[in-house]
Amino acid sequence: MDALSAPLRILVNGEPQDVAAANLAEALAALDYADAVVATALNGAFVPKRKRAETPLSEGDRIEIVAPRQGG
Amino acid sequence: MSPLTFYGRSFASRLLLGTSQYPSPAILSEAVRASGAEIVTVSLRREGARVREGQDFWRLIRDLGGAVLPNTAGCHSAKEAVTTAQMAREIFDTPWIKLEVIGEADTLQPDVFGLVEAARILTNEGFEVFPYTTEDLVVAERLLEAGCKVLMPWGAPIGSGQGLNNPFGLRAMRAHFPDVPLVVDAGIGLPSHACAAMELGYDAILLNTAVAKAGDPVGMARAFARGIEAGREAFLSQPMPPRDMAAPSTPVLGKAQLV
Repeated sequence: MDALSAPLRILVNGEPQDVAAANLAEALAALDYADAVVATALNGAFVPKRKRAETPLSEGDRIEIVAPRQGG
Repeated sequence: MSPLTFYGRSFASRLLLGTSQYPSPAILSEAVRASGAEIVTVSLRREGARVREGQDFWRLIRDLGGAVLPNTAGCHSAKEAVTTAQMAREIFDTPWIKLEVIGEADTLQPDVFGLVEAARILTNEGFEVFPYTTEDLVVAERLLEAGCKVLMPWGAPIGSGQGLNNPFGLRAMRAHFPDVPLVVDAGIGLPSHACAAMELGYDAILLNTAVAKAGDPVGMARAFARGIEAGREAFLSQPMPPRDMAAPSTPVLGKAQLV
């Protein structure tokens, strides 16, 4: 079966989502983040932007997508 | 006066200002400008795909044009803090990180063990670490051994506005590390607190709530800038030693005999 046609159930910022994506870069595009300034982590580990396309996703993965915010 | 230097970068202002809790983005911008701060602290938080709060905020910060010091606020373990720092370095394009590893929820005091561990990892990865720590001298030594070239002891618990809870400890730290840039970070409520820390010889002050939660944040930002400048100049001017008993300031000699 084509990986892209079989959505994965993953956790995106703590919310369960079904995403048709084989890797992290595809997931960001599918989730509408493609043009946003964000950083990512997969299962608690940082994934640099340049590595997103070569970072495969699996069922149940936890993705964190963060952006600049107010801070002290 | 000699400039403030962190990791080879020099700054005229000795106030580092947080960007959180202001009544509006416009007031945040105006307060930063009024404060004269050249370094602002920021954080990373989850970004929604539709409501992209972070993108607008980042534009506002870039427009201010100063240096950005990202924090690891809210992290309770070295691992979490390290991952947050790695994400911050990519987004903000800076090796600087204000390292917070929180150990206790009520006081928000640092977990100094996790702090040293994270500082060591991050320094090895090329980060320039600004550790939020206590005034404990032994922890400070460990942080320096881990590669930190700045130390940021708390004045009081974050957001408490209590001022300098342990002036003795802060004075001892200054005396113990005469050549390390020291920043009082957290707990400052009034310009007089910031001024007192500067009079002790601290190099800079990092604060947020005291400005953001003032009735007039812009006015308070200006007041802090002046308090910090006054304290710095007082320190450089070598304050007189205090004494227990009175000493007349007007000459005794030459006073007319009127009785």
